[in-house]
Amino acid sequence: MTDGMRIVALKFQLNGKPVEMECEAEETLAEVLRNHLNLNGTKVSCEVQVCGACTVLVDGLPVSSCTYLAYEARGKNVATIEGLEKPDGTLHPLQQAFIDDFAFQCGFCTPGMIMAAKALLDENPQPTRAEIIHHMDGNICRCTGYVPIVAAVQRAAGVMAKESKK
Amino acid sequence: MSAEKKTDFHVVNHSIPRRDGRVKVTGKASYVADLKLIGMAYAKVLRSPYAHAKIVSIDTSRAASRPGVYCVITGNDLEGLNPYYGHAVKDHPLLAIGKVRYAGEPVAAVVAIDERTAFEALEFIDVKYEELKAVFTPEEALAKDAPLLHEKQFEAGALRGFEGEVTAGKGTNICQQHRIQWGDVEEAFKKAAAIVEGEYYFPMAYAYAMEPYVAIADVTDQGVTVYSSAQHPFMVRHDLKSIFNLPVSKVRLIVPFVGGGYGSKSYTKIEPLVAACSWKAKRPVKLQLTVEEAMLTTRSDDAYTWMRTAVDAKGKIIARQAKIYMNTGAYAENSPLVVEKSTNRCVGPYAIPNVLIENCSLYTNTVPASSYRGFGCAQVTLPGESQIDELAAKIGKDPYEFRLANVAKPGEEFFPKMRPFDGTLKEDLEIAAKAIGWKNPLPEGHGRSIACSGSDAGAYPLTSTVVRMHADGSVTIMTGSTELGQGSHTVLPQIAAEELGVPFDNVNVVSSDTAITPYDRSTGASRTTTLMGSAVLEASREAIQQMVVMAADVLKVKVEEIQVVRGGVRCGEAQLNWSEVITKFYALPDGEVIGRSYIRKSGKFSQLPVFWEVACTGVEVSVDQETGKITMEKLVTVGDVGLAINPALAEGQDIGAATMGMGIGLFEELVYEGSQLVNGSILDYRLPRFSDLPKEVELHLVQNQDGVGPYGAKGGGEASLNSMAANIANAVDRAVGVRIRQAPLTPERVWRALKEKKK
Repeated sequence: MTDGMRIVALKFQLNGKPVEMECEAEETLAEVLRNHLNLNGTKVSCEVQVCGACTVLVDGLPVSSCTYLAYEARGKNVATIEGLEKPDGTLHPLQQAFIDDFAFQCGFCTPGMIMAAKALLDENPQPTRAEIIHHMDGNICRCTGYVPIVAAVQRAAGVMAKESKK
Repeated sequence: MSAEKKTDFHVVNHSIPRRDGRVKVTGKASYVADLKLIGMAYAKVLRSPYAHAKIVSIDTSRAASRPGVYCVITGNDLEGLNPYYGHAVKDHPLLAIGKVRYAGEPVAAVVAIDERTAFEALEFIDVKYEELKAVFTPEEALAKDAPLLHEKQFEAGALRGFEGEVTAGKGTNICQQHRIQWGDVEEAFKKAAAIVEGEYYFPMAYAYAMEPYVAIADVTDQGVTVYSSAQHPFMVRHDLKSIFNLPVSKVRLIVPFVGGGYGSKSYTKIEPLVAACSWKAKRPVKLQLTVEEAMLTTRSDDAYTWMRTAVDAKGKIIARQAKIYMNTGAYAENSPLVVEKSTNRCVGPYAIPNVLIENCSLYTNTVPASSYRGFGCAQVTLPGESQIDELAAKIGKDPYEFRLANVAKPGEEFFPKMRPFDGTLKEDLEIAAKAIGWKNPLPEGHGRSIACSGSDAGAYPLTSTVVRMHADGSVTIMTGSTELGQGSHTVLPQIAAEELGVPFDNVNVVSSDTAITPYDRSTGASRTTTLMGSAVLEASREAIQQMVVMAADVLKVKVEEIQVVRGGVRCGEAQLNWSEVITKFYALPDGEVIGRSYIRKSGKFSQLPVFWEVACTGVEVSVDQETGKITMEKLVTVGDVGLAINPALAEGQDIGAATMGMGIGLFEELVYEGSQLVNGSILDYRLPRFSDLPKEVELHLVQNQDGVGPYGAKGGGEASLNSMAANIANAVDRAVGVRIRQAPLTPERVWRALKEKKK
C-alpha cells in the first residue's frame, strides 16, 4: 500500500533450510520472519536495537532483527529460536537450562536471550561470569533480575562441554 | 493463625519446573502481538502535541480518502457509545473529546489494511488546537489560578476497590484525598525524646513490560470480543460493558500469555479505543503500541512527601506524621486506590501509637499514573525507612537493632481495624542481617543497609474457579487469573495435584477468557496464590466430596463408609482411584466431575487486608567519591511468604521485584521538561541491565505457614521492590555520610551531595 515501495527478491538459509521470497526493500528481518514466514518466536519490543528481544543470529553473529533490513540477510545463514530444538524434540542445552534454572518469567525476552547466549557459547564455550555479563548486556529482562539467566548460561556451558567430550 | 499446618507435601512446596517452560524457550508461546484474525485491520493513533488544549476542529477527510484506509475515528464519532470509562472515576474518554489533557493523549485513530498504511495516514489528519495553560506538578495544580483539567462531575466507579468516597470532579484539580489518624500526634511530638523531619521525592517510573500494550477487538452484533495483554480481564470487561451498553454475557476478554505486567497492564488501557475502532470499521482491528507510545500510556505516581517520626527515651517509635502530594497525571486510572494504599503504607510494618497521614493526589497535564508493582508502597517507604535510619542515628542506636525493637509482632493489632500482623519480621530481619554480614568490617566507601516494608495486600477477595476432574484421572483448572510470568500456570496445578493426589503433569490450566473461566477480580496485589490458590484448593475438595458420593453409589454403600485416600477412595477391601470412580459411575470411560468454589469477603477472608505482604531487603553498596557512582556489592532478599508453593518461583518474584526497586533507587526516572516527557524512549530511560547485577545475591524465604492462603501461604512479588530505594539511600549515607532524600540516587545527585558536604 506504500507509495513507491520497492519489491526485492530475497534468498537466504533459515534454520538450515533455503528460503526464496520477495519482500519490500524497507522491511526488517523481524517483519519478514514474523509477518511473511510465520515465525513468531522472534519478539519485537523496543524497535531501536536496545532491548535484544528480537535477537537472531546471522552467520552466527547476534543481530537485532528489528533494525536489520531483511535485504541484508540475502545469501546468509539466519538462525532463530525455532531452529534450536532438534527434530526429535530434544531441546538445545540452553533451552533446557533456562527451564531448569527458572531463567524466565513472562518469556517475552527469552527467545532473544537464548539466541544471544548461543552466540556466546558458540564462540566461547566456557565463559566466565564476567564474560557472560559483558556479552549479554545488550539483552534486557524485566522479570528475573538476570541472576537465573547467568546461572542458566553457566549450566548450559557445562552440559555442552560434557556432550562434546562424548 | 493458619487453618492447617501440613508438612508432608507431595507436589506443593517443591520447585517444579514451570508449566509454560517448553513453549517459552522454543518461541511457541503466543502473546497478543502474535495473533491474527481473519479480515483483521490495523490501527495507529494520532497523539496530541500539546499538554492542555482545546480541540477547535478535526478534519479527517484527507486521511480517510487515502488508499487502504478503512476509516478514521475521533472524539466526534463516539455518539452511541458511553465514551468515558474508569473503574475508580469515569473521567477517561477513549479518545480526546473537545480537549486534550496531556502531550501524547490519543486524539484520533486510523484503521487501515496494514500498520504502515495506517501510520502514514496519520499526518493527513488536520487538527486545530487552542493551547490552554497547563500544570505539571501537584504544587502548580493546587495554585489558586491553576487551570481546571476536568470540568465535569464524575460518576464514581463501582469497582474502585476501596470504601471511601471519590474526591475527583468537585471543581478543583484534586483527584483523591485520603487520611488516616489514631492517637494524638501533636501531644506525642511534644513528649518525644528525638524527632526527625524531612521532605522526600519519589520519581515517576515506567514499568517497561517488554511486550507493549496490544489488543485486538472484534465488535459485531454478537457482542464485543477483545484479545488483550491485560492483567485484569474481568475489570476490562466491566468498562467495555458500560461503554457499549451491553450485558456482561456479550463482552468477552481473552488474555493469552502476557509479556510482563508489573501493574502497568492492570485495569483498562487501550481496549476501549481498539473496540471503538472495530465498531466504526466494522471488522476486527489490532492496535499494537510502540514502547514510546506505551510510555505515554501509563506510569507510576510520583510523590512529594513531608514526614516526621518521633521516638521516646527508651527507643520506641511513638509517632509518625506525613503529608503526601501525588502527581496522578491527566486521568485517575487506579490512582485513587494508590492514594489509599500509600497512606496506609506510611505506617510500614511498625507498631506506632500515634499516627496522622494526609494524602492528596492531583490531576496534572502529564501521562496518567496508575498501578505499578507494590503500588504506593515504594513511594512512602523511601521516606519511612529513611527516617528509621535517620532516627536511629540521631539517638545513637544501630538501625538494625532499632528496627528489631519496633517492628510489628506476629498477631499484633498494629493497624486499627485491619487484620492483625501475620508476618515474622524479627526473624526476617535476623536472616537479612546474617546474610548481608551486618556486623562485618567494611572497606572505606562501602555501606550496608537493611530495610523492610509491610503492605496491606491481596486486593479485594472475590474469586471463583472450576476444577474439572476427567474420567481418565486428568484435571483441567478453569481460572480467571492471568499468567504474567509470575507462574500461576504452575502454582495452581501444584495445589490441585496436591489435593487430588494426581500427577502434576496431568493437571492442565485454561485461563483468562471471561466467556469461559469463572470470575476473578484481578491478577495483582500479589493475590493469586492466596486467593485463586485457595479457590483451587476448595474446588478440588468439593470435587472430592462429589466423588465420594459417586463412589458410595458405585459400591452400593453408605457415604459414611467411604474413606478418602490419596488419589481416590477406599471402602473395606475395595479401593478405587478417581478415574475408576467416574468411569464406573457413568458406565462409560468418559465424562467428568466439576468442583467449584467461590471466595468472597467472609470467613477467613472477612478481614482486610487478605494478608500483610512482608519482606526485607539488605544491600551493600560502594560509592565512587570522584564520580558519585554507586556499585551494588551485595543484595539480599527475605520473603516472608508463609509457605512457598513453588520456592524457585517465589524467589524469582523477590529478585525480580528487588531489581526493579534497585532500578528506581539508582537511575530510573521519567523526566518532564515543561510539557514534554524528555526521556520517553528506551534509548533515554535507563533500565537495569546485566552489568548492573549486584556482585553477590542471596535469596531467602521464611515459611512459617502463617498466611490465610493454601497451607498457610501468603502472596509475594511486590514487597522486595518497596524498600530498595530507601535501602540504597541509607547505605549511601552509611558509606559516605550524605543523606539523599530523593530517588533515583544518580551519580550526579550523589556527587553534588558529596561536594556540598565538603563545603
